[in-house]
Amino acid sequence: MSEANLPLGSHVGFMEASPFAIPSKKLVMWLFIISDAVTFAAILFAYGYLRNASPNWPQPFKFSPSIINVILMTFILVSSSLTMLIATRAAKSADKARALRWTFITVAGGVLFALLHIREWSGLIKEGVQLFENPWGSPMFGATFFAITGLHLTHVLGGVIALTVVALGYKRGRYNADDIEVWSLYWHFVDLVWMFVVPMVYLMNVAR
Amino acid sequence: MSTPANTNDNLKADIIVYFAILALFGVQVALAYQNVHPAQLLVRMLAVAFIQAALAVMYFMHLRNEQRNLRLALIPATIFVMLMMNMIWSDSFRLLHMRPLFK
Repeated sequence: MSEANLPLGSHVGFMEASPFAIPSKKLVMWLFIISDAVTFAAILFAYGYLRNASPNWPQPFKFSPSIINVILMTFILVSSSLTMLIATRAAKSADKARALRWTFITVAGGVLFALLHIREWSGLIKEGVQLFENPWGSPMFGATFFAITGLHLTHVLGGVIALTVVALGYKRGRYNADDIEVWSLYWHFVDLVWMFVVPMVYLMNVAR
Repeated sequence: MSTPANTNDNLKADIIVYFAILALFGVQVALAYQNVHPAQLLVRMLAVAFIQAALAVMYFMHLRNEQRNLRLALIPATIFVMLMMNMIWSDSFRLLHMRPLFK
C-alpha cells in the first residue's frame, strides 16, 4: 500500500531493511571508525613525511622509563579491549550486572592509560620538549609527538566519557546491549590506532 | 543468541587473540633494538602492526561475523585512501636531499 492511499492523519513508519543486516547505529559507528582511521593515517603520514625530511630527528626514548611506560600503557589498553569484549558478551547474554562490571573495569583501564600518558608528557616537558623546540634535534619533533599522542589521548578520554554515559544509561534501562556493542567498537578502534602510534612514534625513535 | 558453550568457545578465541596481539607487540619491541636500516625497520614494524590490526578488526570488532558486503564496503575503500596518501614521499625526499628552506 502506498502512502498516498492511507487515510488522512494516519501515520505508518516505512522502515527499509537495514543495510548490511546491522542496526543503523552500528553502521554509523563503522563509518565513523573508517573516517577516523583515515584521519589518523593522514596525521601519521604527515609525521612520516616530516621525519623522513629531517636529517636530525631526535631519538630520545630510553628503555627506562619511556619504553617500559609504553609497554605498560599498551598492556593496559589491549587488556581493556578484552574487558570490553567480555562486557559486550555479557550484555548480549542479558547479564546486566556482569556487563556493567566489565564496562566499568574498561573505563578504569582507560583512565589509568590517560594518567600514565600525562605522566609521560610531563616527563618530556621537564626535559625541555616544547611544540617547536627541544634539546635534541629537529624542532618539529615536539609538535608531531604531542599532536599524534594528544589526538589519541583525546579519543581515549572521549571513549571513557562515552562508555560511562552508556553504562549508566544501560543500568537505568535507557540503552540496551546494542549500544554497549556499538561503543565497544569505538573502544577497540582506539586500541587499534595505538597499535600504529607505538611503533611509528616510539619504537622508531628508541635511544640507542 | 549464543549458547553458554558457544560463549565459552568465543571467549577462548578472544583470549587467544589477546595474547597474540601482546606477543606481536613484544616482537615489535624486539625489532626496535635490532641494528637495521630505518626504512627496513619501518616496513617490519608496519607489517606486524597490520597483523595486529587485522586480528583486532576481525575478532575483537567481530567484522568476520558480519556480512561479506559490509567488509567489502568498509575495507577496500579505507585501504585505497591510505595507499593514495603515499603520493607524498617524493616531496619528502626532495626536502631531505635538496633542502631549499634549510640554509
